[in-house]
Amino acid sequence: MSEAIKAATLEYTTRLGDDSVVLGHRISEWISYGPFLEEDIAYGNVSLDYIGRARMFYTYAAELANDGRDEDDFAYMRNDREYRNLLLMEMPKGDFAYSQVRQLFADVYYTYLLPELLKSKDETLSAIAAKAIKETKYHLRRSRDWVLRLGDGTEESHKRTQKAVDALWGYTHELFDMDETEQLLADAGIGVDVSRLRDAWLAKVTEILTEATLTLPTEEWAVRGGRIGYHTENLGHMLTEMQIVHRSFPGCKW
Amino acid sequence: MTPEEQNFMRKIEAEEKIEPKDWMPAQYRKNLIRQISQHAHSEVIGMQPEGNYITRAPSLRRKAVLISKVQDEAGHGLYLYSAAETLGISRSEMIEQLQSGKAKYSSIFNYPVLTWADVAAIGWLVDGAAIVNQVSLQRTSYGPYSRGMIRICKEESFHQRQGYKAMLSLAKGSPEQKAMAQDALNRFYWPALMMFGPHDSDSAHSQKSMEWKIKRETNDDLRQKFVDQTVKQIEVLGLEHPDQAIKWNEERGHYDSSDLNWDEFWSVINGNGHCNRQRVEHHIAAHDEGEWVRDAITAYNEKKRAKKAQHAA
Repeated sequence: MSEAIKAATLEYTTRLGDDSVVLGHRISEWISYGPFLEEDIAYGNVSLDYIGRARMFYTYAAELANDGRDEDDFAYMRNDREYRNLLLMEMPKGDFAYSQVRQLFADVYYTYLLPELLKSKDETLSAIAAKAIKETKYHLRRSRDWVLRLGDGTEESHKRTQKAVDALWGYTHELFDMDETEQLLADAGIGVDVSRLRDAWLAKVTEILTEATLTLPTEEWAVRGGRIGYHTENLGHMLTEMQIVHRSFPGCKW
Repeated sequence: MTPEEQNFMRKIEAEEKIEPKDWMPAQYRKNLIRQISQHAHSEVIGMQPEGNYITRAPSLRRKAVLISKVQDEAGHGLYLYSAAETLGISRSEMIEQLQSGKAKYSSIFNYPVLTWADVAAIGWLVDGAAIVNQVSLQRTSYGPYSRGMIRICKEESFHQRQGYKAMLSLAKGSPEQKAMAQDALNRFYWPALMMFGPHDSDSAHSQKSMEWKIKRETNDDLRQKFVDQTVKQIEVLGLEHPDQAIKWNEERGHYDSSDLNWDEFWSVINGNGHCNRQRVEHHIAAHDEGEWVRDAITAYNEKKRAKKAQHAA
């Protein structure tokens, strides 16, 4: 592996880890707050899958970095400006509709991204994708069912779900942005060219939203910046909470 | 005794399980509903104090273990609600009773979880105490409850081991971590002993429940088992035992220990602990906020049904 490719892979793996840990954390905020007990369990499952992915990505990142850091250094010892997750993942949990719509957007994204990552020439990334594909099938089934039920449920649930779609739409565009790092890896057959996933994502999301009697936003506002550490204000608060115990006792084992 | 009562008592004495469709005394049913629903509520309310640390768990591994533990508790709540439902009460009625304060849950969850060590202490001591009780309940006379306990015990032992390991990491860690562990032990040891309930002589429901083999061992006997098993565990941790009076009694073959603060016990049971109000309010708030979601499901399912009926016509 050339130095440039290695550095890019480290950056890329960290990004994927950041996406997973941030979304997994947000989902975990629902536990004991769900609309009924079965949902607390389901949220637990999905959140565990993402925390599990984060651990695999970070462990690999630590291996690539080879500077004595471990998975927890990646998760707990970097500031919000150093985090590279997509903004969509860090948005607060909001109401149940908001979380389910975000989940749908993410699940459809991974539905197309993971099979491409599976083809990666990097064996570790490919192996992580293989495991995650199975999880995402279940996640999508669940978020799709929820968006259908909420969109086509009562007047109130419809209103809340449409509001969530409108509020989150602007954060979906950067899911398909490429930069030099990702282009380099895509060309090398290691990373995924996400710009090619947009059409499939849009078609699938349109199909589900339409069936749910929801309207696709036409406004083309877009907020970007997760991949360069230009976050919303939400991430700082999230990391403050997530990192407080770890950072209060430097160098300790848990 | 009526022939039905005779047959019921014959089964109890022969250690045969009572099943949902079998005849049972009204008071047996009532005691069981009280005990099983209280147990279910404890699992559900128990999700809060630990859940409170999910977002702050100090490592990714601990975070994952904690999430899966809290998730197991939700699962236990579900089995137990189902077991109680076989006795003719619905989950929504039980939830109503929890929210109105008519039904109780384990008082231990009215103590605040302040540090990460508290999370470890809960896994070790609270799940440990729960197992002592639940192992005994595997032999309870009501079939669905007994089977539920067998399943739950397996998972609880896993939690207890995880909790103890987390505690061990702290006790063998930095001086600050060790102090945190000692502090958690000092605060959670006594409430854990209180989990076994009042002294046998003060326990309102015990006698009949023992006779019917709903309960298999008395509160005081179970508590003694827990006291005995915990001494060694504290030694291994290298922490100080919170009970200065703890002393091996050769004659009894058990440890002697201080009596509990029963004023505190009754005060917390009667709703005046640190977190009683908070726990119930949290449950009500989540339940109320979920109402529009539950309504949406009902509406959606009805629409689907109507469409299907239209198709069929």
